[in-house]
Amino acid sequence: MSALAVSPSKRLLTKGNEAICLGAVAAGCRHYFGYPITPQNDIPEHMAAHLPALGGTFLQAESEVATINMMLGTSASGKRVMTSSSGPGISLMQEGLSYMAGSELPAVVVNISRSGPGLGGIAPSQGDYFQAVKGGGHGGYRLIVLAPHSVQEMYALTMLAFDLADKYRTPVLILGDAIVGQMKEPFVASPYDPASTVEKPWALTGCAGRERRNVKSLYLKDNAIEVHNWKLHEKYERIRENEVRAESYMLDGATIAIVAFGTAARVSKTAIQWARKEGIAAGMLRPITLFPFPKREVFELARTVDFLLVIEMNTGQMVEDVRQCTPLHDRIAFLGKPCAMPTPEEILERIRLLAGKKG
Amino acid sequence: MSAPGKGGFSKAVYTRPRSLVDVKSHFCPGCHHGTIHKIVAESIDRYGLREKTIGVACVGCAVFLYDYIDVDVVESPHGRAPAVATGVKRAQPDKFVFTYQGDGDLAAIGTSEIIHAANRGENLSVIFVNNTTYGMTGGQMAPTTMLGQKTSTTPYGRDFSSDGYPIRMAELLAGLEGTAYSARVAVSTPAQIRKAKEAVRKAFEMQIAGMGLSIVEFLSTCPTNWGMKPLDAQKRVLGEMSEYFPLGVFKERKQADIA
Amino acid sequence: MTGDIIMAGFGGQGILMIGNLLALTAMEEGKHVTYFPAYGVEMRGGTANCTVVVSDEEIGSPVVGRPKGLLIMNGPSMEKFLPMLASGGDLIINSSLVEERQVTRDDVRLLPVPADDIARNKIGSRQMASMVALGAYVARSGIVKLSTVFDCLPKVISKKYEKFIPLNVTALKEGAALAGFHA
Repeated sequence: MSALAVSPSKRLLTKGNEAICLGAVAAGCRHYFGYPITPQNDIPEHMAAHLPALGGTFLQAESEVATINMMLGTSASGKRVMTSSSGPGISLMQEGLSYMAGSELPAVVVNISRSGPGLGGIAPSQGDYFQAVKGGGHGGYRLIVLAPHSVQEMYALTMLAFDLADKYRTPVLILGDAIVGQMKEPFVASPYDPASTVEKPWALTGCAGRERRNVKSLYLKDNAIEVHNWKLHEKYERIRENEVRAESYMLDGATIAIVAFGTAARVSKTAIQWARKEGIAAGMLRPITLFPFPKREVFELARTVDFLLVIEMNTGQMVEDVRQCTPLHDRIAFLGKPCAMPTPEEILERIRLLAGKKG
Repeated sequence: MSAPGKGGFSKAVYTRPRSLVDVKSHFCPGCHHGTIHKIVAESIDRYGLREKTIGVACVGCAVFLYDYIDVDVVESPHGRAPAVATGVKRAQPDKFVFTYQGDGDLAAIGTSEIIHAANRGENLSVIFVNNTTYGMTGGQMAPTTMLGQKTSTTPYGRDFSSDGYPIRMAELLAGLEGTAYSARVAVSTPAQIRKAKEAVRKAFEMQIAGMGLSIVEFLSTCPTNWGMKPLDAQKRVLGEMSEYFPLGVFKERKQADIA
Repeated sequence: MTGDIIMAGFGGQGILMIGNLLALTAMEEGKHVTYFPAYGVEMRGGTANCTVVVSDEEIGSPVVGRPKGLLIMNGPSMEKFLPMLASGGDLIINSSLVEERQVTRDDVRLLPVPADDIARNKIGSRQMASMVALGAYVARSGIVKLSTVFDCLPKVISKKYEKFIPLNVTALKEGAALAGFHA
């Protein structure tokens, strides 16, 4: 059965990685370039099976370096384009991502992250947070970063990623991990409903009936590169102002608020359910956009709770951004587990400890 | 016959190619980029490709393609032009796509991209300018630098024992199944320029016919970084460079490999 | 009904197939469910395992440290997963391949199922062993209805093999009978 052929109203038991493909195809993406790496191979395999029949392109590139540059060419042609990879491959793409950010080209890059540094391992990890949200490549730029925590979100955020990429002419990164990538759960393939269609008057299509166009990131004359940097900065400020997304989970009356994203947030939900049953008022703020980061939300939350408990599958990266959101640093606690999922039991134990401190 | 004063007798025997932008060249005296640009522009005009062309510029002196050729141009990271061109061509198979790359770009940092684009038989044309040095960064050793040639990073001359040998890309790429056409030309004499034009036309025809990747390697000069007068630079191309990098056609596919 | 189970065995025994089937069945019954397979290098060397979580509430973790159920189809999986089983949890073992003396715990609810023997001798297809084991687990745990499992078979068995659906139903029933359930 072709997963692409099922009716949109029905629940499907689908792998997170496949939901990404379904979201991409629903959003009109017909061009995929990539290179194999665990734990995301379901994505290129799915695209290889389905894109040709849709008149699209699937190409297994010789490297992730080539992959991101093929995307640059397709994006410059005005077409929606996607790749997926994991840490080591995403590192190789940083050059191209910098060029695409500089050339203001939209694209969707999926990182089903694994453990690092180096070859690391294939265990789920959130060790790529800094690389994702701080730019990653050279020259000072940002990617919009979306962090799904369920199969449903793998689907929906992929569609959103294409819209945001086109709207802001910038690459968008989906930061998942092996858990949300490999797991199956029911989801609904809701129809694609773009906020608005974006024209691409900058696309290179041959200069028939118009002046020639360039897509480039080189600015040598006078202060042109400074002007360009301010232009990009202004764009990132608009993104910060308009595109923050976060889920508030059981925050009513919460005294302990977890701040976590992706799989760490998902596991935390179980711990919060258990804590509530014990009478501990726990809740969670789950950033869905990691850039832009929900700064205002964290600032407000820090004023109303006893503790912010930051939970990450690394030794502490997003916690640095949380600290920047509030001066109340003595209310910030951290639970990190590199290259593994924290268990609900471990999280509950920490919640109890914090509740005891205050009580 | 005296010079005709009346319009009826005058006939334009030469005009600037439509696809060449009417600007002053910023390249150094004796540099061949201008001549090569003109040959490319003439071939674009010859096949009426200007309005359906997307050029891919690389990193190095060759990047300024977009200031001279009057077509859409996308800039590529260093060495990645064949990958960028692949992305353009796969998205727009009906368009004409060419890359314009220097020797550091194509034969050093971008070897992986050119070899795999050729091996896939990407239906692209590649203009490869080999001047045996890195021009823009100030004359460092290139993968095509001749043995014994002094550059800013081979101050005692290129030595094969530490730097290896100058790489012959046209021959290397001719050895790949996906390559439709591979030739090496020079533009140091009028006769050579005529042959170079033929080669570029042939390369473009290959793409128009859907035959696969076509590449024309130009032996070119860099008088500034070679520390030579323009005329001496021409002599070097005609002499030692042509000896090591023989001119000629190394592969010419007759039929497309289409099932 | 809430429950979770780890299923493990050799590659080719149908572990991922019965995990998928269980998850699909739970979905059809309107429950929250997650299915998580071993991936990457874990799959090399011919072992297979997966985790299925079924719940009436939104599921947090799709991976569990203390599963309430364990379905073991071969010896090596016993060593790896038995220590994880929650006290009082259901342990289904394929007693055709796993010796009962390998069960080193007495705080679990053991159900030996000679799955390979039943599949080969009573059903006539060794391929059905994992279905026998699943039938036993479903009946023992009550996590989903056996009849819904029957209904879902066509969704996991490709058209090419649909003539084997009745055989699968028989296998599930044989397993369920061992758990004292008679359809």
